[in-house]
Amino acid sequence: MKLLIKNGRVIDPSSHTDETLDILIDKKKIIDIKPKINSKDARIIDASRLVVAPGFIDMHTHLREPGYEDKETIQTGALAAAKGGFTTIACMPNTSPVNDTRGVTEYILSEAKKHAVVNILPIAAITVGLKGENLTDMSDLVSAGAVAFSDDGEPVSNSLIMRRALEYSKLLDTVIIDHCEDKNLSARGVMHEGYYSYLYGVEGISGSSEEVMVARNIILSEKTDTSIHLAHVSTKGSVDLIRTAKKKKLKITAEVTPHHLLLTDESLQNYDTNLKMKPPLRSKEDVQALLAAVKDGTIDIFATDHAPHTSDEKTVELDSAPFGIIGLETAVSLLLDKLVHKNFISLERFVQMMSVRPAEIFGLANKGKIYAGADADLTILNLHKEIIIDANTFKSKSQNCPFHGWKLKGKPEMTIVEGKIVSSS
Amino acid sequence: MPFKHKHLIRIKDLSASDILTILDTAESFLEISTREVKKVPILRGKTIINLFFEASTRTRSSFELAAKRLSADITNFTKQSSAVMKGETLKDTVLNLEAMKTDVIIVRHAAAGVPYFISTFCNSHIINAGDGAHEHPTQALLDAFTIRQNKKSFKGLKVVLVGDILHSRVARSNISLLNTLGAHVVCVGPPPILPEEFKKFGVDVEYNLDRALEGADVVMMLRIQLERQQKNLFPSIREYRNLFSLTPKRFRRARRNAIIMHPGPINRGVEISADLADSVKSVILKQVENGIAIRMAVLYLLLGGKEREITD
Repeated sequence: MKLLIKNGRVIDPSSHTDETLDILIDKKKIIDIKPKINSKDARIIDASRLVVAPGFIDMHTHLREPGYEDKETIQTGALAAAKGGFTTIACMPNTSPVNDTRGVTEYILSEAKKHAVVNILPIAAITVGLKGENLTDMSDLVSAGAVAFSDDGEPVSNSLIMRRALEYSKLLDTVIIDHCEDKNLSARGVMHEGYYSYLYGVEGISGSSEEVMVARNIILSEKTDTSIHLAHVSTKGSVDLIRTAKKKKLKITAEVTPHHLLLTDESLQNYDTNLKMKPPLRSKEDVQALLAAVKDGTIDIFATDHAPHTSDEKTVELDSAPFGIIGLETAVSLLLDKLVHKNFISLERFVQMMSVRPAEIFGLANKGKIYAGADADLTILNLHKEIIIDANTFKSKSQNCPFHGWKLKGKPEMTIVEGKIVSSS
Repeated sequence: MPFKHKHLIRIKDLSASDILTILDTAESFLEISTREVKKVPILRGKTIINLFFEASTRTRSSFELAAKRLSADITNFTKQSSAVMKGETLKDTVLNLEAMKTDVIIVRHAAAGVPYFISTFCNSHIINAGDGAHEHPTQALLDAFTIRQNKKSFKGLKVVLVGDILHSRVARSNISLLNTLGAHVVCVGPPPILPEEFKKFGVDVEYNLDRALEGADVVMMLRIQLERQQKNLFPSIREYRNLFSLTPKRFRRARRNAIIMHPGPINRGVEISADLADSVKSVILKQVENGIAIRMAVLYLLLGGKEREITD
């Protein structure tokens, strides 16, 4: 059945569109977009006072399947994404087994086809078993459906291996994503190293443990003339390095998470394990630098680093708790309230960072834009609805979220994936 | 002043008058330990658990004797002989112990924040006996008590802390307490275990021990953990001793009536020379003695004790 979205405020940054339009969808594609479309055989969605945007894309999630289905599954992760306004999510390879072979990539895609309500893009490992020693069969993995490569939380420490991965990626239409962390520097750290880690008596993770790897990656990207995407950057030093690299027109892109933009190290005063993640929550000065980098374009996209852990795993002393928090169901409301409504960035820039740029960086054809012929992936927003975040109502299997109880303005109203309504409130 | 705290987790939570209330209460308990029968019935019928996930001789025995001298029932838990070794979580361990109707849980753990974490799900009074590198409040209180026995006032008193400040819960609690009472604290140690940011705590940071000792009223040596050397936080024990060991020659830079303190256990000949540790300037064993009175006072005040009951 056709779907007709009427009277929505359509925001499509790539065509600089911001006007009231109707959108007609048929067989997974957008087939028409203009004012006042009439269709007798279409189901009509009234989008008056709502915003219609190209479907949001989150390039950094952990779906935990295969291997850790007690934390999350492809099915529940996709439901969480749909509820949070995302139409496409990429999942990191640190599953069990690790996504380092065609078999695992195919398994994820086939489970996604059976159970996921949003598009699932597997990210494969750079090295076998995330061990940082031998490159995976990258070409085979791309042909199996891997969208990008990353060793995420176990980043490639050997710079020669990273250089080889970058060089080899030239053969392929893909991107290397690096979680920038020198594990010798971060060592046994638990929170950002600085005044508050000293005050709370908690082992610190220095900003430089991230920055030395950002610098290394920029140097290797320049040397090999290849693209590298820097995951969840969190410090002033990192954005300064990225800004300089971008001035030199290097192929560097970067993402930031909502939590790194909205929370600081000071908040760990009660040793809340839902404030423990990598990179850690940084200082006020770092947060200000990140916000400035979002504003001036140094940071390209938002990503959640959705990292589910069970409440048993998180109900322990801070030192023993696993790193990571979930984010799929809170990101849109947090960013609308704290960045868009506070006039820090425009709604257009927000949509650009949520859909246009992720699609560009990862070469997702027919996504991130609204035009006749594009995939019918749409996120419909209610900018003015006030909500209170309640972790107990999450679709995710896990509740490890530090934003429980936050009052926010703006929310995803409806999520449409390939012409199908997958979430609606 | 009435003492209105349910737990003792951080010095930071105490006002100057709270601290003085504890010190004054301890003063009145000091005499009990010198009696022929070292026991009063003030906490009869109260159940206390010493929950120690880390090794300890001084602190654990001190709390145990403090509880016994007030006639409370106390039992010791040590990690090595517990279900923790069978994989039980901290929360389950505590809930199981509390099901035995405890009034006070005294906890020591290698991770910062554990006493606070326990207080969020547990109804007993919680006393922090040391959590990671965070705080060790009764140590700072007994140190203050010992300083007060030797010095007229805390105001303007120069207290020099020497050693591994970064990893020391004793240092943090002492800095917090001494600042509250108006003393002037100077921290000394090698830069990898004494970040400059410690200045933000309202102390002076100094890397030269000789200079720091000039005019000191109190010199508090911290135990240097020998395993730190393996992490290259300083090159060798020899190098550490050359730069930061308290020797009689160095100590002459301090005031004539200056005292030497150490929370123990001492590495003789490493952070402090053996003859200084045993000298008349040293109040190290006095600290241990005072520890019992301080812990009696803390138990008594947390359990709602009033000043007059003590003299009854």
